[in-house]
Amino acid sequence: MEHLSQAIDLSSPGTIEAVTCPACGLLCDDLSVERHADGALKVVKNPCAKGVKFFQYIPKTTQARINGKPADLQAAIAKATEILGGAKHPLLSGLGTDIQGMRAVMNLAEKSGATIDHMNGKSSMRNLLVMQNSGWQITTLTEVKNRVDLLLVVGTDIVSYFSRFFERNIWNPESMFGQDTSSREVVYLGGRDLDTSHGVSPKGVKPTVLPCDVAQLPEVLGVLRAILLGKKVIATEVAGIQVADLAKLAERLQAAKYSVVAWTASALDFPHAELAIQNIVGIVDKLNATTRSSGLPLSGSEGDVGAYNTSSWISGYPFRMSYRNDYPDYEPHHYATDRLLAEGQVDAIVWISSFNPARLPPASKIANIVIGHPNLELETEPDIFIPVAVPGIETKGIQFRSDSSVALPLKQLRATDLPTLGDVLSAIEAGL
Amino acid sequence: MLIKLTGGTVYDPAHQIDGKVMDIYVRDGRIVERPRDGEPVSQEYDLRGKVVMAGAIDMHTHIGGGKVNIARTMLPEDHRIDPTVHTEFCRSGCGHAAPSTLTTGYRYAEMGYTAGFEPALLPVNARQSHLEMCDTPIIDKGGYAMIGSDDFFLRMLAAKQDQNAINDYVAWIMHASQAIGIKVVNPGGISAFKFNQRALDLDEQHAHYQISPREVLKALSRAVHELGVPHPLHVHGNNLGVPGNVETTLKTMGAVEGFPVHLTHIQFHSYGTEGDRKFSSGAAAIAEALNKHKNVSADVGQILFGQTVTASGDNMRQFANASHASPKKSVIMDIECDAGCGVVPFKYKDQNFVNALQWAIGLEIFLLTEDPWRIFLTTDHPNGAPFTSYPHLIKLLMDKSFRNDMFTKLNLDAQAMSTLNSIEREYSLYEIAIMTRAGAARLVGLHDRGHLGVGAGADITVYTDNPDREAMFAKPDYVFKDGELVVRNGEVVKVTWGSTHTVKPEFDRAGIEKDLKKYFDTYHTMNMEHFKVSADEISEGGHSRVIVQECKGRREKTA
Ligand code: SF4
Ligand SMILES: [Zn+2]
Repeated sequence: MEHLSQAIDLSSPGTIEAVTCPACGLLCDDLSVERHADGALKVVKNPCAKGVKFFQYIPKTTQARINGKPADLQAAIAKATEILGGAKHPLLSGLGTDIQGMRAVMNLAEKSGATIDHMNGKSSMRNLLVMQNSGWQITTLTEVKNRVDLLLVVGTDIVSYFSRFFERNIWNPESMFGQDTSSREVVYLGGRDLDTSHGVSPKGVKPTVLPCDVAQLPEVLGVLRAILLGKKVIATEVAGIQVADLAKLAERLQAAKYSVVAWTASALDFPHAELAIQNIVGIVDKLNATTRSSGLPLSGSEGDVGAYNTSSWISGYPFRMSYRNDYPDYEPHHYATDRLLAEGQVDAIVWISSFNPARLPPASKIANIVIGHPNLELETEPDIFIPVAVPGIETKGIQFRSDSSVALPLKQLRATDLPTLGDVLSAIEAGL
Repeated sequence: MLIKLTGGTVYDPAHQIDGKVMDIYVRDGRIVERPRDGEPVSQEYDLRGKVVMAGAIDMHTHIGGGKVNIARTMLPEDHRIDPTVHTEFCRSGCGHAAPSTLTTGYRYAEMGYTAGFEPALLPVNARQSHLEMCDTPIIDKGGYAMIGSDDFFLRMLAAKQDQNAINDYVAWIMHASQAIGIKVVNPGGISAFKFNQRALDLDEQHAHYQISPREVLKALSRAVHELGVPHPLHVHGNNLGVPGNVETTLKTMGAVEGFPVHLTHIQFHSYGTEGDRKFSSGAAAIAEALNKHKNVSADVGQILFGQTVTASGDNMRQFANASHASPKKSVIMDIECDAGCGVVPFKYKDQNFVNALQWAIGLEIFLLTEDPWRIFLTTDHPNGAPFTSYPHLIKLLMDKSFRNDMFTKLNLDAQAMSTLNSIEREYSLYEIAIMTRAGAARLVGLHDRGHLGVGAGADITVYTDNPDREAMFAKPDYVFKDGELVVRNGEVVKVTWGSTHTVKPEFDRAGIEKDLKKYFDTYHTMNMEHFKVSADEISEGGHSRVIVQECKGRREKTA
């Protein structure tokens, strides 16, 4: 088995075990990956579609470009330095990277007086705003795996975002406290056309499915919360769901010993989705008056959880903070990538996307630098493109998992000539 | 390069030096006896009339890891009132209750502190703790790995496994999390809360494991001792904040059966139930017990008035306290069958009866405990108050008339319940140096810190003697870290990155990993190897390096 600290030959064929997959926020670290002589990688243990695709990638280029023309790395860095040096208010966005990359982002942001935001800023903020408003009571994956008896999934099927969630955390064959995991109950509340097949227990017990449009979840959750609070509910139906069914759900939640209410903020894509999350938090809060219950905000994809954690410890604020003054300041609504671009508030953008070649920079007319995955499927050519090593494939790193309590090492799986994001950003910073 | 610090008045309790005028020589970051023959002095500081001490050490301060970062993230309003600007030497950040890592390092150094120890390093979260501490400049750091509610350990205890096996596990945890001590928080209680128990007294049974906190304390204090770890088991007892918990605390002192133990933020565990409001000071009984039990040390966890945030591994008690949150929000977490956490912002008010009495209880404990080698100056940052209030706290201890002035401003009912203004004692500079330097270094097991003897790391703080002790301790003239001048006139003039102190007790790795591997593979969501934080990860980026402090070597089984 290969481990971080061991010197490893990255060019010869072999199988690497205990590989951490950063393709989604679950950060499964039980993959085995085969390395072929030409550097190609293949997941041979615990493949999921997303993971397989992530590790399959072979760089189409390792060469930087200036205005679409091949350029050497030093020239591209020099040009990027010039752009950032001349910008009044640059934006560092995307931030699809690991912790080492984020440390470099924070250094460069301060040096260049930049504002930062993440490509998942919009969905992450739905959670962070609730956390900053009321706080919450939540749990982590290993607790779920060993304790959950009733899983309430709100507004998503989870698996469209986190493929192996049920396999790893719900239908695991053994749990620590003598529970027969196949007797776990699953309820889907809200969403349409979900893939609820993963909620079917190994014994064949079907999950309860209460569909509605996600945009109506604030009302539906509001009613569920009111029932739990013992308030009189006059309506018999809300958003197409029978109030009697919600009352039954409330009873099941109260009877459960360790219920878990899971959601993924990116699926709650409607205005004021925080209200839905706020209601989930209220439901969990009420349940804990008598029994145990926890929220499970699922996120962490594209390094969003690692990014806001790093930004918080270095600056005091999660992303959507700015160094345009001599001190960090935080404006969760104002410092949003879309808004800054739409209002013409920034005059240069650096887009960082190292994990997923499909996560592209927003269209903009300002000076733009793209640093990231060598195979980014760019539709328009940026002023500068610098391909960098993908953390977990071409460079080692550290990433935060969805539940934020666990940070895992990412391995370097093959040799590369690509620089790391840290190399590139530090070089730019040094030139400013 | 030889530095000479000339003619300062030195307080170095590790060598019984109490205000003696001396010269100190520093070469290559260490204190040396004198120049070599013909060796020139490259730099001399005239310290005549100045007070010279080793750099101060905060032996219990929440500066890195999940719950601290939750506190940072959830309190933007608290940061906004204390922005710290970019300077020639320092990067920007923010201060107050849960400062950014950069600001934390600068502000500690600016007060003459050169080390701080994170007391609640969750092993499963150790990587994050170290990442944050590595981004904390200038000061040295280290962590106490928090166990005692982790299911692996509770399973061992419930299965009545041999003490040797427990010792191996404790040692494994220390290696895996790069720790220098072991802490237990609400022994067994964090786990019990996951089974919906809302309180767990010292001799109460954990609903699932059928073991008591007493058994947890006994096994862990013994393990730490038998492994030769210098820092005694660091205990945050059961029933934090509960009126009447003084009884639990007194019993806890006996529960370790003579093994060394450190009771942390003891102020929060020293409450009686007397008086109309059924809340009273247990300080006298606690101090008396501390005076008697030589195997027990404590830090106070003083509260000071104002806005702060409480961040603790004790999710059971934090959940109970969440209704007192100000502003009204809290984060409560169960974490990875390993631990938990609770973050609750809090505002202590001098006109609030309970808060005012808490303030007085903390000071009573400081003043009634006789041996300054066994009582330590903390606010349990940020739980009682942010660490930046230490100079104020020192003034309260050293200046009776100031203390009494403050006391008379408190809630009147609280005044009536406290004996504080009848206590004459004033701490001396020598005693302050014991509490914040020599004693702290000895307690944590830092053999080359906290003193000014030959061979010590040159962490040195120089103050201008000033009867206003708050002003004096807030703004040292000079602070040297590993021989480099990092602070002048209370401001950072050079940024260094400090080291991470650890101990590495001997143990049978193969034996314990057989069981651990099975446990991880069956129940956990991560690979056992990934649980381990390597020294390379800590030195990555050049922000820190691991120092392995001496561990006395495994002792024979004691019983
Ligand atoms: S579920 Fe997510 S982390 Fe796990 S293997 Fe699939 S993509 Fe990777
Ligand atoms: Zn503490």
